[in-house]
Amino acid sequence: MREMISMIVVLTALTGIAGGLLAAVKTGTEVKIEEQVLKFQKAPAIEEIFPGATNDPIMERFNLQAGDSAVQIFPAKMADGSRAIAFETKGKGGYGGDVGLMVGIKLDNDQIVAARVTTHAETPGLGARAKDDPTFVSQFTDKPLDTNLALKSDNGSIDAMSGATITSRAVTLAAIQAQNLYKNLKPEILKQMP
Amino acid sequence: MAQSLAKEFTKGLWAELPPFRLVLGLCPVLAVTKTVENGIGMGVATTFVLVFSNLLVSLLRNIIPPKVRIACYIVIIATFVTIVELVMQAYTYPLFLKLGIFIPLIVVNCIVLGRAEAFASKNNPVMAIADGLGIGIGFTLSLAALGAVREFLGAGTITIWGGNPVFAMPESFQAFSFMVEAPGAFVALGLMLACMNLIGSK
Repeated sequence: MREMISMIVVLTALTGIAGGLLAAVKTGTEVKIEEQVLKFQKAPAIEEIFPGATNDPIMERFNLQAGDSAVQIFPAKMADGSRAIAFETKGKGGYGGDVGLMVGIKLDNDQIVAARVTTHAETPGLGARAKDDPTFVSQFTDKPLDTNLALKSDNGSIDAMSGATITSRAVTLAAIQAQNLYKNLKPEILKQMP
Repeated sequence: MAQSLAKEFTKGLWAELPPFRLVLGLCPVLAVTKTVENGIGMGVATTFVLVFSNLLVSLLRNIIPPKVRIACYIVIIATFVTIVELVMQAYTYPLFLKLGIFIPLIVVNCIVLGRAEAFASKNNPVMAIADGLGIGIGFTLSLAALGAVREFLGAGTITIWGGNPVFAMPESFQAFSFMVEAPGAFVALGLMLACMNLIGSK
C-alpha cells in the first residue's frame, strides 16, 4: 500500500512539475518563435503567392478579430494595380498535427491567387510533398470563392496526393476554412484597405 | 575521485563511443548526418538532454519508486527534449526545420534512456553529469565525423554552422550524391565502423 501511494505521489509530482516548467518555457519563447515563423515560413510563402507585389505585405500586415482569435492579414498590391490579401489558416487532422496554409485571395473578383503550405509536421517524402512540391496546392490557383474545395473522394474538386490522403484532406480543410473566413471578414478588410 | 570522474568522462569519447563502439542510437545517426552542421546540431541537442536528464535522474534516484522508474525517466527526458525543441524553434529555426521530426525523437533515443537506467540511477550527480557530457560529446563528434564524410563525398562541401560551407571543392568536383542518400548513410557508417574496429583490435 505504501509503495502504491509513493508511486502515485512521485509520478504526479514529477509530471506536474514538468508541465509547469514546459508552460514557462513555452511562454518565454512564444514571441521569438512567432518572429521566426513569420521570417522563415510566412514571408517565403507570401513571396511565392504574390511574386509581383509592389508593396511589402509583411510590413503592412494588420490583425482582424474573427470570433475569439485574431487573424493576421497580409495586404498586397499586384503589378496590375489590383489588390489582394493573404492570411493563414490551420487545417485540422494532419498526420503530425495541424497543417498551416497561406491563402492569397484577390479582392476584386474573390478568386484565390495561390495557396502555399507553411508550418507542418508531416512525413518527409509523403505528406511533406504538400509543401516541397507545389503541384498539389497549385490546384487552388484561380478557383472562385464558391468552389467546393474538398477532395474528390469527399465530393469536392481537388485531387489528393497519392499516398498522402490524410495530409491532402487537412490542406483542403484549411482552404475551406479560408473561404469561410474570407466571406465573414471581407467587409472588415475593405474598411481597412480603402 | 578526480580520477574516476575523468574516467567516466573519457569513456564516452572512445571506449563507449555511442554509435561506433556500442552501435546505439542509429536512427538519428543515419538520418540527419547529411551535413556536418546537421550532425553537430543533433549532437548538441542530444548532449543537452543527456546531461540534464542524467542530473535529474541521479538527484531523484532515491525517491523514484523502482516499479515506475522507466515512466519517471521518460517524463524527465521528454521534458528536456521539449525544452530543446522550443529553444531551437526560437533561436535556430532553419536548423530546426532541417532536423524536423528527429528532435522530438530524441525522447526514444536509447542512448539517453540507457544512460539514465544503467548509470545515472546508480551514481551521484557529479558522476552522472560527467558521464552525460562524455557520452554526449562522443555522440556529437561521431555525428560530425560521419556528416563530414558524407557531405564531403556527396556534395563536395563542409558546412560547420549557419548554412554557408567553410570549405568547397572546385566546380569540376563530381559529387557522389549516393552518399547523401539514405543507403549512403549505411555504407559510410559501415566503413567507419570497420576502420574503428581495425584500430581498436590492435
